Amino acid sequence: MSDFIGDWHALLILLIAGVIPNQIWRMLGLWFGGSLDEGSELLVWVRAVATAILAGVIAQILVQPAGALASIPDWLRYAAVAAGFAAFVATGRSTLAGVASGELLMLAGKWWLG
Amino acid sequence: MRSVASTVLTLVLFATYLGIGALAHDSHFSLGWALASTLLVWAGPAQIILISTLGSGATVVQAAIAVTVSAIRLFPMVVSVMPMMRTPQTRRRHLVLVAHLTAVTLWVECFRFLPHVPRERRIAFIHGLGSGLVCVCLVATAIGYGLAASLSQLFAAAILMLTPLAFLFSTARNCREAADFVALGLGLALFPLATMLNSGIDILVSGVSAGTIAYGVHWWREQQ
Repeated sequence: MSDFIGDWHALLILLIAGVIPNQIWRMLGLWFGGSLDEGSELLVWVRAVATAILAGVIAQILVQPAGALASIPDWLRYAAVAAGFAAFVATGRSTLAGVASGELLMLAGKWWLG
Repeated sequence: MRSVASTVLTLVLFATYLGIGALAHDSHFSLGWALASTLLVWAGPAQIILISTLGSGATVVQAAIAVTVSAIRLFPMVVSVMPMMRTPQTRRRHLVLVAHLTAVTLWVECFRFLPHVPRERRIAFIHGLGSGLVCVCLVATAIGYGLAASLSQLFAAAILMLTPLAFLFSTARNCREAADFVALGLGLALFPLATMLNSGIDILVSGVSAGTIAYGVHWWREQQ
């Protein structure tokens, strides 16, 4: 069992550096969103900001890739997104087609580069 | 359960958590630690950031700051989900688990599924969908942890590429009015500009400005 958990110190770090900094935003959202009206203009703005922040997270992964993704050249990552987007539009907004085409182009490109 | 199985995003999540399990193994965290992070943090990008910053020898405070900046997006997501769930009888404590389960996947699926779910059943629906997703990801974390040594570099890159592709297309599919497209497109375009400011909160800067411009578009069209 102690192998499974590891040391308790690591779990404390998980709580301080992972769980609390993450959950604080959810609980603030709960406190704030609990009193908001579904049709309110403020909610339209909040939703737009949520979408745009998510877009920023997507852009960050593509522009400043972590780990193994950094081994893929920049142009190939952007080409994969473009190919995925083309398939997404061509299939009448199919998420699966977009994701699969993007991945295929990236794998094919990397294989071709050697 | 059928909703859990039928979403492409579940597959993507599964693969992403395979990657997180493998990353945790390579950074010398225990399996129990990796599972606890999936269960308690429940946000893919935050977990990747947490594991990679701690693994690279950053201090706890540095890791906490990196995680909290990535988690700011959860605030507007939870705020926008709450009003869809509420009935006049709902108490705030009924929504705590919903708030915890809210992450990108669930947020996207809320806008897709909830209009077809009667309002008084929505909390139960989200509890079921969310717990199903958590279980899938716990299994994936454990498998990824076990497989870590045999994953190739190319496969690992393909897994990391799934997150941006799936986030992008699942959000794009839910776009209805012009303001949604503006928020998504500008949010992507403004991020590289925001990184030039070197503020450390680039995503927040680009997100709030792109979101506000998108709201401006919405407001302007309403006035017409």
